[in-house]
Amino acid sequence: MVVDSIKNGLVIDHIKAGNAMKLLHYLGVDTEQGTETVAIIMNATSQKAGRKDIVKIEDRTDIDMDVVGLIAPEATVNVIKDNVLVEKIRPELPKSVINVLSCRNPRCVTSTERDIPQIFILNDEVNMEYRCRYCDEIIAMRDVKVL
Amino acid sequence: MLKNKYILEPMDLTVEEMDEIFELAEDIMENPAKYAHVADGKIMATLFYEPSTRTRLSFTAAMLRLGGQVMGFSDPSASSVKKGESISDTIKTVSCYADIIVMRHPKEGAPRVAASATDLPVINAGDGGHQHPTQTLTDLETIRKYKGGVEGLTIGLCGDLMFGRTVHSLIKALSRYKNVRIKLISPKELVIPEYVRKNVMEASGMDYEEFNRLEDVLPDLDVLYMTRVQKERFFNEDDYIRLKDFYILNAEKMKLAKPDMIIMHPLPRVNEIAKEVDDDPRACYFKQMRMGMFVRMALVMKLLGLEA
Repeated sequence: MVVDSIKNGLVIDHIKAGNAMKLLHYLGVDTEQGTETVAIIMNATSQKAGRKDIVKIEDRTDIDMDVVGLIAPEATVNVIKDNVLVEKIRPELPKSVINVLSCRNPRCVTSTERDIPQIFILNDEVNMEYRCRYCDEIIAMRDVKVL
Repeated sequence: MLKNKYILEPMDLTVEEMDEIFELAEDIMENPAKYAHVADGKIMATLFYEPSTRTRLSFTAAMLRLGGQVMGFSDPSASSVKKGESISDTIKTVSCYADIIVMRHPKEGAPRVAASATDLPVINAGDGGHQHPTQTLTDLETIRKYKGGVEGLTIGLCGDLMFGRTVHSLIKALSRYKNVRIKLISPKELVIPEYVRKNVMEASGMDYEEFNRLEDVLPDLDVLYMTRVQKERFFNEDDYIRLKDFYILNAEKMKLAKPDMIIMHPLPRVNEIAKEVDDDPRACYFKQMRMGMFVRMALVMKLLGLEA
């Protein structure tokens, strides 16, 4: 399958197969208000991983790398300008994330209090676990599903 | 003064600060008159969004015995909370009138929200099934007084370890003492939460074991900390009914315990300690309750920078 290259924008490569939609959801790109042209390639052949997803976002140069690190830590973000690859960024697991994850503990104050940020702190880098700043509930990123 | 203004969990106090609080509490116990006016002119706000007898009254008594005054609510339905006011807005309001805030809330992490909305000292008086740091001060002072110290003890924690906030806070505090052996006794449905196991017990290299039957470990214990299975923490009443009578400590079981073991309980109890055990000299739970007032007096003094 051929998908055109982009002149200006971002190519997020090496996303774990099946995770492209989840990444777009957390990046907030999958909304009705979105203006960027987005190409999603799923289950592409990968020498490294067997299968991978790729996302191309046209005319966009900035992206929340904390979200990429959180949802697709194995990905590579390629920045394209005038058809030239100008930067290749590898995401890191963020030390903390604000307003990306929601606490699933029904007893957590975030389930009722209005206008407070959802704050999660990196708890275990190896197992990709985050801890709610308020109630200490631990979330493993492998268990996070798109609603 | 203490390093932190907000006492949301026991680790907000260093071991040295806790020792200072215990020493001050012991001096207050021996010389109450010396401290009767140290908080003259100061006001404590007690915001209890959840029922309480001991914690609220002991904070109230603590402030009154220091010469200060107390205002607040013990029934949120009689305040603007009923109208849907947020925690932050309530705290900002109270901050205009009080010098220190004590808060109990059914939602976990609510006192952290309160602390972010004010510059006043905030004390967590229990947040859901999460933490209860001033009960821990009470518990440690009780162990110090009746066992001569914490180090080297074998401490059994029995009952609802999942939602038991006093247990979570106590384990956190105990993780900083040497050679403490923890025996966790609970039904499998109420085991210790993952964050306590991983971030506290395993991270600190704590010596701990888990049991299902109290009788299997009772003879080894220096301290037995009983807890209530809390109806208010269950979303499913059937689960509560099934688990509520899982452990009942009675005179027969106490025959297995060491002659100098102490029984503690944060109270209230329902039926997990039979009334007949109250007469056993090893029962410490009512004495423990009295300690609570003195450690809270000491904590309030430290947070407000008051001296005799």
